[in-house]
Amino acid sequence: MEPTSHKFTQNARRAIGDDRLQAALANFTTTFPKKRLDVISRLPEFDDLRDEGVAIKKHVHANLDFYLERFEARVIEQGGTVHWCRDAQEARETIFGLCRAAGAKTVTKSKSMIGEEIAINEHLEAGGIEAVETDLGEYIIQIRGESPSHILVPAIHLTGEDIADTFKEKHTQLPADRDLGEPDAILREARAVLREKFLAADVGLSGANMLIAETGSVVVVTNEGNADLVMNLPKTHIVLASIEKVMPTLEDAATILRLLARSATGQDITAYTTFATGPARRGETDGPQDFHVVLLDNGRTEMLAGEFKDMLRCIRCGACLNHCPVYASVGGHAYGWVYSGPMGKVLTPNILGAHKAADLPNASTFCGKCEEICPMRIPLPRMMRHWRERQFVSGKGAAAKGKSGLKLWAWLAKRPPLYRLAASAAAGFLRILGRGKGRIGRLPVAEGRTFQALYRENGSKEQ
Amino acid sequence: MSEQAPHVGFFVTCLVDLMRPSVGFAAIRLMEDAGCRVSVPDDQTCCGQPAYNTGDRADAVAIAKRVIERFEGFDYTVLPSGSCAGMICKHYPELFADDPDWQDRADALAAKTHELTSFLVDILWVREVPGDFRGKVTYHDSCSGLRELGVKAQPRALLEGVDGLELVEAEKSETCCGFGGSFCVKYPDISGAMVGDKADDIIATGADMVLAGDMGCLLNIAGRLSEKGAKTQVRHVAEVLAGFGDSAAIGRGGKD
Repeated sequence: MEPTSHKFTQNARRAIGDDRLQAALANFTTTFPKKRLDVISRLPEFDDLRDEGVAIKKHVHANLDFYLERFEARVIEQGGTVHWCRDAQEARETIFGLCRAAGAKTVTKSKSMIGEEIAINEHLEAGGIEAVETDLGEYIIQIRGESPSHILVPAIHLTGEDIADTFKEKHTQLPADRDLGEPDAILREARAVLREKFLAADVGLSGANMLIAETGSVVVVTNEGNADLVMNLPKTHIVLASIEKVMPTLEDAATILRLLARSATGQDITAYTTFATGPARRGETDGPQDFHVVLLDNGRTEMLAGEFKDMLRCIRCGACLNHCPVYASVGGHAYGWVYSGPMGKVLTPNILGAHKAADLPNASTFCGKCEEICPMRIPLPRMMRHWRERQFVSGKGAAAKGKSGLKLWAWLAKRPPLYRLAASAAAGFLRILGRGKGRIGRLPVAEGRTFQALYRENGSKEQ
Repeated sequence: MSEQAPHVGFFVTCLVDLMRPSVGFAAIRLMEDAGCRVSVPDDQTCCGQPAYNTGDRADAVAIAKRVIERFEGFDYTVLPSGSCAGMICKHYPELFADDPDWQDRADALAAKTHELTSFLVDILWVREVPGDFRGKVTYHDSCSGLRELGVKAQPRALLEGVDGLELVEAEKSETCCGFGGSFCVKYPDISGAMVGDKADDIIATGADMVLAGDMGCLLNIAGRLSEKGAKTQVRHVAEVLAGFGDSAAIGRGGKD
């Protein structure tokens, strides 16, 4: 999917004018925060858990090389292989090579934002391998040719009616007059279509919510159970994960799991939490014969070394999207790439390059809601401000727009007598403008005199 | 007034100075009624937040140094804005992370700087106020005051003391109004969508008046309410607390 993050402003305008999208967003952005609040209110130690989670992640990131190598050693001990990939291109080629070697015609996928990040489906398809998303939301957007509008609920921009229309258009093998009016009917149809793909797949490609260094396990959480079929039915299982996902122990992973579902969907725990460790052992009838982990850097090491380090704590729960008033107004597609909402505003410029996503870190009121609810306490507004500072210094990007005006104002703000003169003039001017008609009349009307002028004139008793 | 009266340096803030002087006078009345000696330095300008949030760190630092020099001599610095108070309390210390001398001075100023309603309630223990208002009022929690300074209960505690006033909560009182300083200029469509939702939420309460502690939000909200033709008055909370509720509401002067 070609990124359109550089067109954020136009994307946002279109989204605001899209009534159907607005209806879908209105429903979603009120229900998720309520569910989260309910489930957290039943867990008094939630804030302590957040502190614990932050401490674990900080420790891991300070010792990332150690835990990654430990993880690799354990995977090898279990009979698996680890592939280290510097960037998206390397990861794509590695995965394609593994699929080729397995003689794959069909690859089933469970939801992976890293998969979206490296656009693996397009790459496999271009090489003649069918890649099928098996998470319902991902499947829907895949057959529509769209990108996810939310990292957790990728088809949240669609209504039931939209999905029924898409199924009728794409599933031409089924009777055209079938009834898809109820969500259950849509679900049954998706299940039937996907079941055949599950059974036909030669390779299963999954993401990972965590990698466990002490055991070499990968952890995948879903609510649909699709990942278990992806990981167990095909002969080859490939795990695609970015390097910051590694955790020292199973116990550490348990802490993160307690935070993840509560923050994400307002559940105590997701319906399925799967720990997969290496290929099937001798005598085991289930599980893959080959087990590969593709570890992706794609800019993470650079983030680790700089002012965006805290962003690597992100566990992709999506809570910052669910609570963001900007996201609620424009939806995920406006952000133009895989990652949207506050986390996307920080992450996208790091991965795509600052110039390709210049608006994102600026399009925030700094209301602070994201930082308030982030289970990993990532200072998202501060990270966005770092991007603005870089733009202001370089003179490129939305933060640098109006730089001369800001400079003039700052120059005045350092010179109080001139500032007072300018403020008095502005107060008078705004009084006149604010009483005008049309667009100008929308400006707030000033009272005509500054506080300072009135105070000096009349003393503190003046009203 | 006794010698022991706390000496407050009143930081008017740009928007009160420029757009709504009555908020400044209301704030001074409330603090003087509570026994403070209030001074208004005439060489104050801005807290530097516009520079800081635009990425202009150098100017933010230069302006912050001026503010620290000018206000560090008072017992307290008080601002009728959660956003500007948050700038001094939370962000000044961050600005000087590499400069130990200024860091200490920034920390010291931050420790004695307060948003107006939290100063009245948490520091001065004010519970009775001169204002009165017959009618229903709803309160918008401005983001910085709420999340950076924990301003939530304080304005409500003070409003309880206003004769005749009935407080009704809006469902989304804690949701951003979409002002965000230069945000509303750079992203007018998104800002417009956000303040549209905010205005609907306020109208749904049936309140006669909406109050908040920050002029930025209030001007933004007033603009949208008047576009929608709503009769809801918009005022800074200090005006109602101080009994300055007779003048034209925000955005209404000369427009009615």
